Amino acid sequence: MSLTLADVHRIAHLARFEITDEQAKATAAQLNDIFAMIEQIARVDTTGVAAMTHPLDGAQRLRDDVVEPAPDRAELLRNAPAQQDGLFLVPRVIE
Amino acid sequence: MSELAHSGLARLAQRLDRGEVSAVELAELFLGRIERHPDLNAWLDVRPELTLQQARAADERRARGERGPLLGMPIAHKDIFVTRGWASTAGSRMLEGYMSPFDATVVERLAQAGMVCLGKLNCDEFAMGSSNENSAFGNVLNPWDRAAVPGGSSGGSAAAVAARLAPVATGTDTGGSIREPAAFSGVTGVKPTYGRPSRWGMIAFASSLDTAGLLAASAEDCAVVFNSMLGFDPRDSTSVQRPDEDFTRALQSDLSGLRIGVPAQFFGQGLQPDVEAAVRTAIEQYRQLGASLIDVELPNAPLGIPVYYVVAPAEASSNLSRFDGVRYGHRASRFDDLTDMIKKSRAEGFGPEPRRRILVGTYVLSHGYYDAYYLKASKVRRLIAEDFRRAFQVCDLIAGPVTSSVAFNFGEKAADPVSMYLADLFTVPASLAGVPALSMPCGFGHRGRPVGLQLIANYFDEARLLGAAHRYQLATDWHRRVPPGF
Repeated sequence: MSLTLADVHRIAHLARFEITDEQAKATAAQLNDIFAMIEQIARVDTTGVAAMTHPLDGAQRLRDDVVEPAPDRAELLRNAPAQQDGLFLVPRVIE
Repeated sequence: MSELAHSGLARLAQRLDRGEVSAVELAELFLGRIERHPDLNAWLDVRPELTLQQARAADERRARGERGPLLGMPIAHKDIFVTRGWASTAGSRMLEGYMSPFDATVVERLAQAGMVCLGKLNCDEFAMGSSNENSAFGNVLNPWDRAAVPGGSSGGSAAAVAARLAPVATGTDTGGSIREPAAFSGVTGVKPTYGRPSRWGMIAFASSLDTAGLLAASAEDCAVVFNSMLGFDPRDSTSVQRPDEDFTRALQSDLSGLRIGVPAQFFGQGLQPDVEAAVRTAIEQYRQLGASLIDVELPNAPLGIPVYYVVAPAEASSNLSRFDGVRYGHRASRFDDLTDMIKKSRAEGFGPEPRRRILVGTYVLSHGYYDAYYLKASKVRRLIAEDFRRAFQVCDLIAGPVTSSVAFNFGEKAADPVSMYLADLFTVPASLAGVPALSMPCGFGHRGRPVGLQLIANYFDEARLLGAAHRYQLATDWHRRVPPGF
C-alpha cells in the first residue's frame, strides 16, 4: 500500500492541516515508511480476539446530570487569540 | 550545600525536620543550580519568585507544626502538566506562552502535600519523541555526554534529575517516555499502572496510554512521592478507583522467593552487547540477592511497535484536533476564512513529529481503513496484554533492557522516523498492556553512557516493583552516580 500525493492531500484536509506539494511529497515518503512497518500486524491471527481500547477494559464512568460550578469565563478567555463580548472571535462563518 | 543537592528525599526531609535547612534555602539551592546550568536546556519556564512563595508557605506550614515527607520538598514538572503560575507549552509553538487557568491534578496533589515547584521542564513536542530533539524550544542535552540525547519525551525531566537540578521530576510515559530517558540519563524512572495517576491537566497525547510518573535518583524517592501523587480523580474519566495504599510498604522486604521472569523476546537481535552485558549482570545480581530467575515468553511483544504506531497516532489525531487557533494556542495571522485559519494555524503551530503522527492517525481512522488498522491493532494489543497476564502466572516481576543501545548522538536517528520509533521496542509492550514498569541505572556502556534495567510488574503491583528496585539500589550504587561537573 503506497500513499499517493492525492492521498496525503486528502488526509491533510481531513486533519485540517495546510500542506504544500513539496511537504506532501516528503511526508508521503515518510508515511510510506511508517506504513510499511505497520503492515506486519495484518499477518497476525486475531480470530476471536476482542479489541482492547482500554488497558483495564474500563467503561466510561458516568455522573449524575447536575450542574457543577463553572470555571470563570474571564480565566477561560485569557488565552483567546481574539475575543469580543465574552465570546471567542473567529472569521465570519455564515454569509 | 552541593551535598544537599545530591541527597535523596529522606535525607532532605530529615534536615528540614531538624531545622538544619529551610524550604526557602532548599529552593534557593536548586534555583541556583538551575541558573548555573542553562546549557542543558532542560527548563522552559523558571520563576524564582513563585517558587520562593511556595517555599515560604511550606516553611510556614512547618512552623505551625505540620509534618510530612514532602513538605518543602522541591519538584519540577514536565511541561505536559498544566500549571497556573508557569506557562504550559507541551514543548510546542502551538501553546507558546499558554497560561493555564487550572493546575493538573498531579500538580495540585503534590502542592497540597507541600512540594515546591521549581519550574517546567522541556520535553518532546506533545510528548512525541524518544530523544527530546522534537521540542520547539531546542534540544535537551544529556548531562553525562553533551553530544548524546537525554532520551524522550521526558528529556528535560531526566536531564534535570541526572544533573541534580531537581531531586525529583514528574514525567509522562505513553510508549516509554519516562523509562527510556531515565535509562539514557542514568536516573530511576517509574511508570505506574495506567489509570492510577490522574490525567486531568495532562495535555493529552494518547488517552488509553498516557500515564503520569516520576523520575528521581531512587525508587524509594518515587515511592514516597507516589503516596501523594496517585489516586482516584473523579475529573479523569479513566481514573481507577482503588483503596488507598502505601507504595513504600514493600521497600524493606527481601527478595527471597521473588520469581523474576526473563523474556527471550527482549534479548534478541538488535540489543547491543554493552547494554546486554550490564542488564544480564544486574539480573544475575538479583539471583545473588535471593530471587529466582525463570525464562518466560512474551511472543507478541515484537509486534508492540507497529501496534503502538497505529494506536497512539490514532488517539493523538483525535486529541490534537482541539488545537485549531480558535479558543487558545497559536492562531495564524493571515487567512482567507475559518477553515483556512484552522489549517494554517495547525500547520504553523505543530512541528514535524506531531504533524506526522496526526496524519498517520487520521489515515488509520478514516473510512475504509479503520478495520484494517485501528481495530486490528487493538486486537493485537490484547494479545500483547495477555502475554503479560500469562507470564505473571509464573513470575512476580519481569526484567530486561529498557533500550537496545545507550543514548545515541543528536541527529543520528532524527532523519529516519522509523528508526527513532524502534527505540521504544522494549518499552511499548508494558505501555500497551498498561502494567507498571520502571527503569533504573545498572551500569555504563559504550562511550561511558548509562544503561538502564527495566522491571515490569503486574497490574497494581507497584509496591512490589518499587521494593525490588530498592533492594537492588541498597546493594549497588549505580543510581548514586552523578555526571562530572554536577
